[in-house]
Amino acid sequence: MADVVIESTPDVLMDLDKSGQGDVRTEEMLVNMGPQHPATHGVLRVVLRTDGEMVLESIPHVGYLHRCAEKIGENLQPYQYIPYTDRMDYLAGMNNNQAYALAIEKLAGVEVPERGKYLRVIFAELNRVASHLVAFGTYGLDMGAFTPFLYSFREREMILDMCESACGARLTYSYLTIGGAHDDVPDRFFDVLLEFLDYFEPKIPEYNQLLSFNHIFVKRTADVGVISASDAIAWGLTGPCLRGSGVKWDLRRSAPYEIYDRFEFDIPVGVAGGTDGIPRSVVVGDCWSRYFVRVLEMQQSCRIIRQAIEQIPDGDHINKKLKNLKLPAGEVYMEIENPRGQLGFYVQGDGSAIPSRVKARGPSFSNISILNHIGRGCLLADIPAIVGSTDIVMGEVDR
Amino acid sequence: MTSEEICDILKGEFGEAVTDSVMDARRPYVVIDAARWEEVARFLRDDPRMAFNMLQCLSAIDLLEDNKLGAVYDFFCIPQDGTDDVLTLRHHFAVRVVTDRDDPHLPTVSHLWPAADWHEREAFDMMGIVFDGHPNLERILCPDDWEGYPLRKDYEFPLEYHGIPGTTEHELTNPRH
Repeated sequence: MADVVIESTPDVLMDLDKSGQGDVRTEEMLVNMGPQHPATHGVLRVVLRTDGEMVLESIPHVGYLHRCAEKIGENLQPYQYIPYTDRMDYLAGMNNNQAYALAIEKLAGVEVPERGKYLRVIFAELNRVASHLVAFGTYGLDMGAFTPFLYSFREREMILDMCESACGARLTYSYLTIGGAHDDVPDRFFDVLLEFLDYFEPKIPEYNQLLSFNHIFVKRTADVGVISASDAIAWGLTGPCLRGSGVKWDLRRSAPYEIYDRFEFDIPVGVAGGTDGIPRSVVVGDCWSRYFVRVLEMQQSCRIIRQAIEQIPDGDHINKKLKNLKLPAGEVYMEIENPRGQLGFYVQGDGSAIPSRVKARGPSFSNISILNHIGRGCLLADIPAIVGSTDIVMGEVDR
Repeated sequence: MTSEEICDILKGEFGEAVTDSVMDARRPYVVIDAARWEEVARFLRDDPRMAFNMLQCLSAIDLLEDNKLGAVYDFFCIPQDGTDDVLTLRHHFAVRVVTDRDDPHLPTVSHLWPAADWHEREAFDMMGIVFDGHPNLERILCPDDWEGYPLRKDYEFPLEYHGIPGTTEHELTNPRH
């Protein structure tokens, strides 16, 4: 494998002198996009060096939401830190809770009762659908389609209602915690959930008609921002960004955690256009593939939830023997598949109740780091398409 | 391959460079001599038995008692043989490299795994480890004029930053750390 030369130019401003050479006089221009910009999905700032409509360089600047969550983790007991994990990837609070809980459980050797495990899977998948619905809706917004956004938020609202009925919160749940889920679901919850699934699954083809195969949308996203499989792996991309490049890799199947080995589901990946009704201009690894992987994943999540509802046993929802949890000396690194990719927690224990080091590896952090590499040579209008297709959440990039 | 086997191969290839190995079942790792880390990293990536093509995580750690700083690397090997089946994790491995706390320098691996670019910048920003050979080692999460390295154990929170009070009277009398 050849070495990679990272062409990052810190002194962007100084390069401006190079303009005006040769016969055709072109002028390079610096365009500052963000941190307050509707298409940057939060406070992301991208400094673009452009030549006309052509982007020569796109350097992401992050850190506007930095709260040093890792330092906070070194001062709090694991239970107390769970609410902070909600606020990393705030569109997938359940998954973040689950990741941190799994890391602590692995470190301290905590048992989780069966019902707790199933509740975790159900809510993690439900949250994945909610998160992908936001990705779907806002990506439409980025591309100038307003209507799909309203559709996706209509359905997302129902999921939030269900989460609220289980834990009282709509976004920052702190529901899945060390040892299981902190409460059992209310009566009739699974009936409501099944009703929702029956309603939701036929909506997905509707979304496809509305946005996925929309001619203008395809023109804006197909063959734009193409990431090759090897680049995606080298840059540490995970989740739909990696699978969009055709790599059939999903931790739920590749290295199963929790109880994912008990369910049947497929791993959608990006495929070349022209087959299976995929628009002809689509290339593996382009923005459209990343987007479409998310749409297909919503279907698979519904499949998992249905199986989990069938299998879920009665019993405790949380390990009730767990009092005054002490973290033994040692360290763990635990990764799970979040809606945006692999969220990893590195936790070091030293025998006390408070971990001595907590490190969160957010998928969005790695996913956006490739922006300059794929943005080189594209059009200015493609930058929102590329940023939107990576579906970043700045709360997680900056932590 | 298990971490023990990988560790044995590394010991056979590099001998003294593997200064320690902790084969704890929860997370086995080896400690590599910082001076030879670049060489070992290249082996981990290019040797067909290893083939660690993905750098998942780089966590900087503060070993205050030993007066050292460390970087912990987590590697995954994703097989790339182009089957239609779901790829399964071939193996994973963790490496720890430590450096002196007073003058922390580690060789960069960003030319081997571009994923390391931002992770190393974060480690520099938060823990003050200087990665020699990094193309653009600047602060990434904190502002450029931030003082100190927040994740160090002896870090003192600034009382003031550009006129913004950094702490309250209550916190001064009731320190949280």
